[in-house]
Amino acid sequence: MNFEMPQFAMAAPEIWLGVMLCVVLIADLFDRSQQSRLAFFLTQVTLLGAIGLALSTHWGVDRAITFNGMYVSDSLAAVLKVTVAGLSMVTLGYSRDYLRQRDLLKGEFYLLALIANLGMFVMASASSLLVLYVGLEMLSLSLYAMVAFDRDSRIGAEAAMKYFVLGALSSGMMLYGMSMIYGASGSLLIDTIATQAAAGDNLLLMAFGMTFALVGVAFKFGAAPFHMWLPDVYQGAPTSATAFLGTAPKIAALALFLRLLVDGLGDLHDQWQAMAVLLAVGSLAVGNLFALVQTNFKRMLAYSTISHIGFLFLGLIAGTPEGYSAALFYAISYGIMASGAFGMIILLSRRGFEAEMIDDMRGLNDRHSGFALVMLLLMFSMTGIPGTVGFYAKWLVLQSLIDTGMVWLAVVAVLFAVIGAFYYLRVLKAVYFDRLESPVPLEAPAGQRVIVALNGGVILLLGLFPDRLIEICRIALGL
Amino acid sequence: MLSLLIWLPILGGAAVLWTGRDSADRARWSALAVAGLTLILGLVLWFGFETGVAGMQFVERAAWIESFGIEYYLGVDGISMPLVVLTAFSTLLVVIAAWEVVRYKPAQYLAAFLIMEGIMIGVFSALDALLFYVFFEAMLIPMFLIIGIWGGPNRIYATLKFFLYTFLGSVMMLVALIYLRGQAGSFAIEDFYGLGLPFASQVLIFLAFLAAFAVKVPMFPVHTWLPDAHVEAPTGGSVILAAITLKIGGYGFLRFSLPIAPEASMALDWLLIGLSLIAVVYIGLVAMVQQDLKKLIAYSSIAHMGFVTLAFFLIFRIVAGEGTRDGALLALEGGLVQMISHGFVSAAMFLCVGVLYDRMHTRRIADYGGVANRMPVFAGLFVFFAMANAGLPGTSGFVGEFMVILASFQAGFWYAAIAGLTLILGAAYSLWMIKRVVYGQVKNTQVDELRDINGRERLLLGSLVGVVLFFGVYPAPLINVMAPSLEALLGIVMPAL
Repeated sequence: MNFEMPQFAMAAPEIWLGVMLCVVLIADLFDRSQQSRLAFFLTQVTLLGAIGLALSTHWGVDRAITFNGMYVSDSLAAVLKVTVAGLSMVTLGYSRDYLRQRDLLKGEFYLLALIANLGMFVMASASSLLVLYVGLEMLSLSLYAMVAFDRDSRIGAEAAMKYFVLGALSSGMMLYGMSMIYGASGSLLIDTIATQAAAGDNLLLMAFGMTFALVGVAFKFGAAPFHMWLPDVYQGAPTSATAFLGTAPKIAALALFLRLLVDGLGDLHDQWQAMAVLLAVGSLAVGNLFALVQTNFKRMLAYSTISHIGFLFLGLIAGTPEGYSAALFYAISYGIMASGAFGMIILLSRRGFEAEMIDDMRGLNDRHSGFALVMLLLMFSMTGIPGTVGFYAKWLVLQSLIDTGMVWLAVVAVLFAVIGAFYYLRVLKAVYFDRLESPVPLEAPAGQRVIVALNGGVILLLGLFPDRLIEICRIALGL
Repeated sequence: MLSLLIWLPILGGAAVLWTGRDSADRARWSALAVAGLTLILGLVLWFGFETGVAGMQFVERAAWIESFGIEYYLGVDGISMPLVVLTAFSTLLVVIAAWEVVRYKPAQYLAAFLIMEGIMIGVFSALDALLFYVFFEAMLIPMFLIIGIWGGPNRIYATLKFFLYTFLGSVMMLVALIYLRGQAGSFAIEDFYGLGLPFASQVLIFLAFLAAFAVKVPMFPVHTWLPDAHVEAPTGGSVILAAITLKIGGYGFLRFSLPIAPEASMALDWLLIGLSLIAVVYIGLVAMVQQDLKKLIAYSSIAHMGFVTLAFFLIFRIVAGEGTRDGALLALEGGLVQMISHGFVSAAMFLCVGVLYDRMHTRRIADYGGVANRMPVFAGLFVFFAMANAGLPGTSGFVGEFMVILASFQAGFWYAAIAGLTLILGAAYSLWMIKRVVYGQVKNTQVDELRDINGRERLLLGSLVGVVLFFGVYPAPLINVMAPSLEALLGIVMPAL
């Protein structure tokens, strides 16, 4: 192999993140405020910078490959990275007060978030199996630590342990699958794998490896039947960690899928399609049916996540660029909705009180009608009612399914959407219909109010004018 | 112009929410201003509407979601124009009716109705199928809240049932719409017409639309949400539900089912006719035995709407029988007139019940009796509306029913005979209810203390009396507006004629 000088400029977002996380690490040592204010602001600036760099280096350029074929720069990478960093900024913004009230406000939290972001960035631009895996592990390890961040919490430790063991198992599966793919194609580079897959050499071995890789991806998504970890981790982790874990990493999981199974093994679509159908329908069923009986809001959101993942998989099943762009749109809009939902939990929580039961939402309309309105938008968006972004996400997926002739799958999907409506409405029932004897007005710091309002505003705005985001998602997939 | 009519109430609703945070009075006056202005705009539209033209008027087209060729495409024709004005009129009534009655969060209450108004006008004027769907579904949000927040004791059950029933119906329609886009290459409703789809897929599409609209209308046997929703909803919610949302189902049949899947409509008309006749007769009988005022009117609404769907789907039989195109047109006109008339009459009935409920806080018929002795003016109005509900000549209720029955004779004697039962049954349950509530001796001390309606309520009910009488005596303006569009529709459904 000839050594060629990599084009470092193309990896500017990753390099910036890597440098800045060292800066944050050191700067935090000299911050005596005990509130890690410096680390917080530096982290937000870093993420903002990363968004800018990702846009300027990746967006609208032709697909380019460097670092000996291991790093790819294209519009898809730009969209994925901007979404990841943007969602991280929002969730970290929500987390600040939550962490402070629980004496968890340490610079390490932001550091872990930055490392996770670096991992996700690497995944978004990976063009080699190894790079993909390195990015994935970087993400996963920081997430394990974030889940266990409240070290005195037993339920948190349990969640972290479960997450770690199952996560390690899934990583092992994926690595095994990757080794098989390597064996079949003789290369770690995704482009080479793609040509081999197209040629149809060693199809059986390739499909064997692909199966394990898909299992690994499904684990990371939390798609049924590989969803067992998700509800426990969501419930056990500190809400600020759950908010982080439930949003940006889903985008990263989509990146994993798109890079590995679409860019690399897109020609094996016939092979993975049937498995993906099982994953999708299974997730829809498990997610929606189990969510019906939850009383814990975080746990309900976990099951609702599973059902959303099922819907997202439906977009992938179509196997067309339209379908992939629908899945991308779905992931982005889901990220916006989920961050808002976890933000609301954080908002309602107080020192020594976790507002994680659905009953804790009771009378919210009497306590603060603005927050109630945001909750309304969030829940209807998750249901998929027009006027909110969630509708277009579902519609795009259905559109891609029906265009490829899978009408029956679309019918199954909408039936589960109706079942799903019930538990979102139950939350709204608590918010709007249940009245408290003596409602306590809800106070929230100005910063959080602004983020909540923005979050709700974005859902509404995209619900009225989804055109731009749809267009962006289509460009990212080369349409 | 249409955009203004849609977005003025929606944005106005948001403004009411904002201005009325602290002061209920400010919320009321601003809501009144918004609703009044919308009605004025609606009337401007009505008088600017060119009669004798079949096509769409006041058309607005702009790109909305370009990657899928979806447009912000609005327009009204003779079918939707009266419904738009009806919507604006009913919302104004609701705002006035709520004046001092709604005490819990009046700003949110009024804002919900104003937003609902904008969305409903959007439903009637959307000419792009996805845009239509967006409005159609978005309608659920305000209604869900209206029933759930300001409703009666069992409101949560009622509102969940309402939401899930309608949501289930409409998602099926979404699948059908997406499929149609695949065939037509665009989401414009006019492109869906005359596609020449194979019969099997027409049937599926027809059933998907049926799922959406039958629930809305509601037709037997998916009508069970309506009595619950009506009983629990606040007065304003009942008025809007009865006057407009039910009409959206009927409108959907005219705009989608019949022209998009004409052959399937023809092949399956037995199903629709059968269900409609069941609604007319069976539900009419059910209405008679109700103990609850609102339930009685709810069931009577189902029966009346059954009459409407009967008219819409009888056209094939009319033509197949001895009838002609004129007969079919008469049926369609009659159905639509009946829809509009029922919008006014049922709104009035629910307002009357609201007047009683505000004073007595009970809806049980047995609790009343001899109301006329204490509320003579109200009693007169209530009796008038009950008569209109029963289809007394001279009221708007009569015109539609008469036209439909006349047309149905061309389909066959028995259709007309069974449809004619609606007049008898309608008179029976309306008048029996009136006898028990209004006349007789003063039954208890509560009734004894009743005070007659005040100026605000007189204004409300009086304006409705005017409208009902006007269209009862002189329905020509209404029919002239709708006739050309319905004729064009007939041309699409049965081109052979």
